[in-house]
Amino acid sequence: MDPILELRSVLKEFPGHRAVSGISLSVPRGSFFSLLGPSGCGKTTTLRLIAGFEQPTSGDILLNGEAVNDRKPYERNVSTVFQSYALFPHLTARGNIEFGLRQHRVADIDKRVKDVLALVSLTGKETRRPAQLSGGERQRVALARSLVLQPDVLLLDEPLAALDPKLRKQMRLELKAVQRRVGITFLLVTHDQEEALSMSDQLAVMNEGRIEQVGSPQDVYLRPRTPFVAGFLGAVNWIGPIGVRPEATRIAHRGGPGSQRQAPGLVTGSVFLGDCVEVLVRLDSGEDVVAQVPRSAANFKPDDAVHICWDAAEELSFS
Amino acid sequence: MKRWLAVYAVAFYAFLHLPLLTLAAFSFNASRFTVWDHFSFVWYRAVFHDPQILEATWNSVVIAVWATAISTVVGTLCAYGLWKRGSRLLTGGLYLSLVTPEIVTGIALLALFQWAFRWLHWQLGIYTVILAHVAFSISYVVIVVSARLRTIGPTLEEAAMDLGANEWQAFLRVTLPALVPGIIAAALLALTVSFDDYVITSMVAGVDSETLPMVVYAMARRGASPVINAISALVTLFFGILILISEKVREA
Amino acid sequence: MKLRRWFLFPAWLWMALLFFAPFVIVLAYSFLTRGPYGGVWGPWTLENYQRLFDPLYLTILMRSFAMAAAATALCLLFAFPAALFIVRATRHRNLYLQLVMLPFWTSFLVRTYAWMFLLRDTGLINTALEAAGIIHDPLPLLYNNGAVLLGLVYGYLPFMVLPIYATLERLDPSLMEAAADLGARPMAAILRVIVPLAKPGILAGSVLVFIPCLGAYLTPDLLGGGRTVLVGNLVQNQFTGARDWPFGSAVSITLMALVTVLLWVLLRRESEPLV
Repeated sequence: MDPILELRSVLKEFPGHRAVSGISLSVPRGSFFSLLGPSGCGKTTTLRLIAGFEQPTSGDILLNGEAVNDRKPYERNVSTVFQSYALFPHLTARGNIEFGLRQHRVADIDKRVKDVLALVSLTGKETRRPAQLSGGERQRVALARSLVLQPDVLLLDEPLAALDPKLRKQMRLELKAVQRRVGITFLLVTHDQEEALSMSDQLAVMNEGRIEQVGSPQDVYLRPRTPFVAGFLGAVNWIGPIGVRPEATRIAHRGGPGSQRQAPGLVTGSVFLGDCVEVLVRLDSGEDVVAQVPRSAANFKPDDAVHICWDAAEELSFS
Repeated sequence: MKRWLAVYAVAFYAFLHLPLLTLAAFSFNASRFTVWDHFSFVWYRAVFHDPQILEATWNSVVIAVWATAISTVVGTLCAYGLWKRGSRLLTGGLYLSLVTPEIVTGIALLALFQWAFRWLHWQLGIYTVILAHVAFSISYVVIVVSARLRTIGPTLEEAAMDLGANEWQAFLRVTLPALVPGIIAAALLALTVSFDDYVITSMVAGVDSETLPMVVYAMARRGASPVINAISALVTLFFGILILISEKVREA
Repeated sequence: MKLRRWFLFPAWLWMALLFFAPFVIVLAYSFLTRGPYGGVWGPWTLENYQRLFDPLYLTILMRSFAMAAAATALCLLFAFPAALFIVRATRHRNLYLQLVMLPFWTSFLVRTYAWMFLLRDTGLINTALEAAGIIHDPLPLLYNNGAVLLGLVYGYLPFMVLPIYATLERLDPSLMEAAADLGARPMAAILRVIVPLAKPGILAGSVLVFIPCLGAYLTPDLLGGGRTVLVGNLVQNQFTGARDWPFGSAVSITLMALVTVLLWVLLRRESEPLV
């Protein structure tokens, strides 16, 4: 598949620190791509480099195969949904959505605004100002404002961070649905692994200015290439050099057949999570591990002697 | 864009500061004309040997110190009182006194003093000037101290009262010490506006109370004199040092 | 609460004796007649206010308005980019701000004199131009409307920069980026996003500059050299030279009324109180 966006050894240095250390990346046309990483890993800087708010110290950014390093933000056909939304408070929802169309002197403004309003289910709210809209509605205006320009790549900077958890889950589905319908390439920056896993076609995990791994959500979650990726995407029980996810970790009062991977230990406590129970176990080798068990099977008390077991196929290994 | 703004900023700051800087530079010129001759302190010597300037400076200092002391106390108490509970009338009066054109304040106070002198056998002099300066500098003090009070917030005093202090103790031991930087800034502002004022002072001053700005004004009306440059430089330097000291006090 | 009453007492005294009382006296004078030796006499009359409509005085009022409006417009023009520069400065922002405030701490009289020093016939600008051979006779830079306007702009420029800076500083910095991102060139972004959002600051700054310019006395007196008579000079003249206190009072009251209306306009919009 031909990439719509390519980064070639992009390096960005600020006085005193290196934010992005020469990353290369290629984003397939029409995909939902995520940059995932902890705060300060350089993912937002990468996004700002693509949008044109920052200039790379070295390296190339290619859009549709063309280097856009020297182009100003208003000369690049990418559009950003800001974390703060950055809606213009003096304009109505409609005014915000029209803003870019007017700058580009588009002819059929009315129709395009109408269509995009319907797409993000904002019809009827177009005369309101940002202050009169709910958090979710503001987010939709920000999205519509960028979508209406039909950019090559739509950049989303932690777009769901300001929403409450329930709304966030709903918006994940909606964002994904909108992306499918319009077919525009979405590049999402997030520190929330659940968000990245649930929405992306592909994701890149970043750490300290570098890309640790690129792949599909399943790939990255099930076959992390580094301990960092494994730990960032979900909890890991470390049993010696072997890593096992808590949901793949089982627990029993007696040891199983010798063929199975297992380790003995003592229960130290348990945490009720509603849908399941996490049992905390200190292994005889001294490591603390967590096993997720169904509520009905959670008959473990502190100081119970137990065995932790897992399938060899579930082991995370790093080359 | 950024480059244009930077170029503009250079021009802007030059416009703001170059006139004063050249004025100060020429106070060191040996010639009385605006052509550079050589470096000299001759105009500073002239300043310190002119009895009229020295007397006017002394008057200005006396007036500024008294006016600052009175207006700082009254203004601080007023700001604190208004902070507890506002008063539209008093606040309105403060705002109005702040925006009243100086010349109107001047003639109104002159009218008041002349009217009062029908019964009191006083005449215009240093006292009327001090009163006039108190009249216009109180608003400045209230505004500066109020700003500081708002940043302090009511929690400190509530905590003090919660710990058993009464109103008076809470004010004296908690709020007042926290207010000190604001009070210093307010006093400094009052001192500057008092020391600087010409318009109001000229209306209510008597024969014995000529101030430094009045002397400078009269000299400026008469025409060019590098002595004014020297006075200007000295006044600016004096206030510069005062501000630096107050900044240090505030940081401490 | 008793404490508060004692604390406010001196301020009330100040207001009654040094603000309210003089104002009442001036108000009363404005309805009285000038006496034979320059005193103030009965009977009560509206004549002083009627005289304001004399073309001579109407011209002065109009000129003051025009001068204040022009000074406000120029201050806005100069201050806006400066405020924008300070807000967008990544380093030394405080220093730049302090440099704008610095003139507050130097004498207004000194600042006005600085322009006399620069502009007069034997001043720095004329001397330099003559030395450079560009001119042979000094340009008439001082003692005209232009010099007065310049003095007013110079004197009150900081009053415009600070409120505009304050509103710009509160804006989300990504708004400017969003505008660029949506295709707006810098100038379009400023005109369509930044200027509309800076409106409260522009209004506050305009009132803060317009009010003192309208009642200016020292600037027209020194830089206009008596040739540019503004309403402030008219008041001063009635109380000193002409000794027509009732008319001077009527002019003062009119000026106060205008200023009060402007202040009211400002405070009605301003959400954050000063006191």
